[in-house]
Amino acid sequence: MTFPWLTTLIAVPALGAVLTALVPQGRSRLAKQVALAFAILTLGFAVAVIAQFDLGGDRFQLTEQNEWISALGIYWALGVDGIGVALVGLTAVATPIVALAMWPEAEESKRDPKVYFALLLAVEALTITAFVAKDLLLFYIVFEAMLIPLYFMIGMYGGPQRRYAALKFLLYNLFGGLVMLAAVIGVYAESADAGQASFLLADLMALDIPVETQRWLFLGFMLAFAIKAPLWPFHTWLPDAAAEATPSNAAFLSGVADKVGTFGMIALAVPLFPQAAEDFAPVIVALAVISIIYGALLAIGQTDMKRLIGYTSISHFGFIVLGIFALTDRGMTGSTFYMINHGLSTIALFVIVGFMISRRQSRLIADYGGIQKPAPKLAGAFLIAGLSGLALPPLATFLSEFLVIVGTFEEYRAAAVVATLGIVLAALYILWLYQRTMTGPVGEENADTRDLGLRETIVVAPLLALILAVGVFPRTVVDVIDEGVGPTLSDVGVEAPDPLVSVTDQAAEGDEE
Amino acid sequence: MPMIIVLSAGVIGVLVEAFMPRRYRHVTQVALALVAFVAAFVQILRLAGETELIAVSGSVAIDGPALFLQGAIVVLAFVSVLFFAERKIEAGGNAFAPSASSLPGSEEERILVRDRVLQTEVYPLTMFSVGGMMLFPAANDLLVMFIALEVLSLPLYLLCGMARRRRLLSQEAALKYFLLGAFASAFFLFGAAFVYGYAGSVRLSEIDAALTARVGQEGLLLAGVGLMAVGLLFKIGAVPFHAWTPDVYQGAPTQVTGFMAACTKLAAFGALLRLFYVALGGLRTDWQPMMWAVAIATMVVGIVVALTQTDVKRMLAYSSIAHAGFILTAFVAVDELALSSILFYLATYGIMTLGAFAVVTLVRDAGGEATHLSKWAGLGKRSPILAATFGLFLLAMAGIPLTSGFVGKLTVFNAAFQGGAMPLVIVGVLTSAVAAFFYVRVIVLMFFSEPAAEGPTVAVPSPWTTVGIAVGAAATIVLGILPGPLLDLAENAAVFIR
Repeated sequence: MTFPWLTTLIAVPALGAVLTALVPQGRSRLAKQVALAFAILTLGFAVAVIAQFDLGGDRFQLTEQNEWISALGIYWALGVDGIGVALVGLTAVATPIVALAMWPEAEESKRDPKVYFALLLAVEALTITAFVAKDLLLFYIVFEAMLIPLYFMIGMYGGPQRRYAALKFLLYNLFGGLVMLAAVIGVYAESADAGQASFLLADLMALDIPVETQRWLFLGFMLAFAIKAPLWPFHTWLPDAAAEATPSNAAFLSGVADKVGTFGMIALAVPLFPQAAEDFAPVIVALAVISIIYGALLAIGQTDMKRLIGYTSISHFGFIVLGIFALTDRGMTGSTFYMINHGLSTIALFVIVGFMISRRQSRLIADYGGIQKPAPKLAGAFLIAGLSGLALPPLATFLSEFLVIVGTFEEYRAAAVVATLGIVLAALYILWLYQRTMTGPVGEENADTRDLGLRETIVVAPLLALILAVGVFPRTVVDVIDEGVGPTLSDVGVEAPDPLVSVTDQAAEGDEE
Repeated sequence: MPMIIVLSAGVIGVLVEAFMPRRYRHVTQVALALVAFVAAFVQILRLAGETELIAVSGSVAIDGPALFLQGAIVVLAFVSVLFFAERKIEAGGNAFAPSASSLPGSEEERILVRDRVLQTEVYPLTMFSVGGMMLFPAANDLLVMFIALEVLSLPLYLLCGMARRRRLLSQEAALKYFLLGAFASAFFLFGAAFVYGYAGSVRLSEIDAALTARVGQEGLLLAGVGLMAVGLLFKIGAVPFHAWTPDVYQGAPTQVTGFMAACTKLAAFGALLRLFYVALGGLRTDWQPMMWAVAIATMVVGIVVALTQTDVKRMLAYSSIAHAGFILTAFVAVDELALSSILFYLATYGIMTLGAFAVVTLVRDAGGEATHLSKWAGLGKRSPILAATFGLFLLAMAGIPLTSGFVGKLTVFNAAFQGGAMPLVIVGVLTSAVAAFFYVRVIVLMFFSEPAAEGPTVAVPSPWTTVGIAVGAAATIVLGILPGPLLDLAENAAVFIR
């Protein structure tokens, strides 16, 4: 038997969560160290998994399959394709960074920090499971179970309105999840009708579901994913959660955990119900465009930095969804790539804003100004993260946004044109935010703002390095993603218009323009 | 037979009450009850291996569903008796009034409390009630079913009135339960008489045969079915026959509430399933619409009214109503899948309900249990383990994955879906989403609120209760992660003998 890499990859953070929770009360420093060590260990295993991923190999690799609940045909079935491996990488990279960033967020004086760090590792384990699950019910279970630790993270450690935000987060997502449960059962019933009741994705995708049924089931799935992602008009929980959660928690939530929603669209909703996906694509594309513009406009109007970043996420998730439901090769590759880049840049933005808040104890933009004089490194890091957020070439986000728009243009011209406005607005909200907080006269309260400390530099440096590296050498990542996107689209019956390789070439040309 | 063991233990219990010196009674009664349950459980396991049979000249069916439910009832009753035997949290007394016949607030009561007189009649009463509950799902004719109904109900009426604290409330609950319960029993008997008039027999299999053989006189039959349904739906607390549930659950001693909520529901669902599946399966097109309506009403009313509750016990009462509704969604499917999913759901539901009520007994202030929700604020800060356990039970009731409640919901909704009751599944998931709100609200209160200034204390229970709650919590998690064995068991048990 081969080594169960993926199970190990899930077990390590899960074990870390348990051990962190078991650290005796009062030894909070030790608890944090244990958690960080396990996060780094997980990263190590993730690197091993990525290294073994064979480009041009099978669609799903490192597969494992064991019966879990045989009475219901539920399997512990894991496997990664190109999309999954990229997102696993994002999760594994993000967790130690976030863990380090949230070091001071849970002080002993307030609440026991070990719970916070244990919950973070638990979410990591569940998120990774979602990205590698090859069984629908397994995916569903972690999709729902993830809400509980996140709920406690927001509710126990967040800002003054945290209870409201946590409850809203939980109820929105639980509602979507329960509707999805009905659809999950519906798919299962279809498989039972076909002879062999199973939750295994491979079995379910082989089903020939009548179009009418497909539509209902697709809507059930999409509601859950659209809430999670979040897509307008199901987004209202995100700004509250982003504003009230601690900055690193918000970073992990919108940077990593929410990607499960868009991943679910690519990996489940589209391939399971290809016909329905095509039927509903125009509607979803329209919603995505609304999300892009709406999120961007509201971001411009915000006075609270964390809420602002929350709204930019809505705008960016709009791009991701747009790319997915353009149902073109470029669009989908761009979307997946966007998930990675948005993860990196959002985490960077939230984390840096978190550093600013920890200095000034205020989330309001109006309280800042001229920070770049006393704290040039902080301002510089913020600028790079921000520019990545507004998709400036050659930063990583640019290429993905470009691919999404090109991919969309092939199918929905108008949508692509309107979405381009989102890029302009992005420049506006990011640069204006920078201008209001970092430039201008230095206020008295801000005169002695500390610059980045050692821990903070360690947090920010790898993020910025990755943003630059992925932007300059996108090819590696894009090729891996293409491995997954091609087969997904052929499930839907869309022919890739060009050879896959040329996508990156064209994009590289785009870089030069 | 297991029922005989439990019932004779009840009889011995009565003798113990009469002849044993008072100070030995408590120990003896508890030991007797526990031993009897263990013996009955062993006997059930032995029977489960053998072939199915119809015993006692055809009036008792020992088959898969009956044994599964009997086993579950015995296990839950065993844990309930552990909770009944708790003496530490009431300073030497247990949860029951020293003497049920003493007037509340009287001098007599004060003396009894001062002398720490222990009331031990609860144990034989429990044994009789459990005996009735075990007979109920196994009853193979309408008369035995009625007798079982009475045997299980009458001791419960008494148990409800025996609370040590807030005795008037408790006695009111007992009276209410008795009056409404007597009505429901009468309805059942009336309905049974109608059905007898139609079929010429009270034997379930012969009623089934009569359904296919005879035509005409449908009115008599349908009236009978409706009346019997009233009697049984009353016991499971389905809307619109649920009105007693919150008052009785609130007034009864909490340990009894837990016992009643868990075991009675199992027994009554067992009887409901046997009656409608074995005897009236041929009539399903006639009663399915009624059950659809009842299921929807039960889910919606249970959940919506639960939203407004401010008392933990009342909230759990409405939640148990809602759970009856979830189970009924599968009930209408009338196939083996439905039967096995209901059996599984009942077992997991019983465990978490019993556990949740046991936790309620431990949160106390000067006046006894602090059941008002506002007093639970900040409990997570003062006693994190207790609050986390209660949170676990609540999450399980809300059906969050990785708890037994999720697997239960999945199986019943799956059965309903495959049985063609998709609208019921949709109502089910929507109400589940609403239900999550009030379960989570309690968690918010426990973990995210500042503790109330004069909040309740958490009593340190004796090992009895601790073990009971720990077992319940462990079972809730284990059945959520590895439900396979129990699901297989339920699947294998899901065939009625006719």
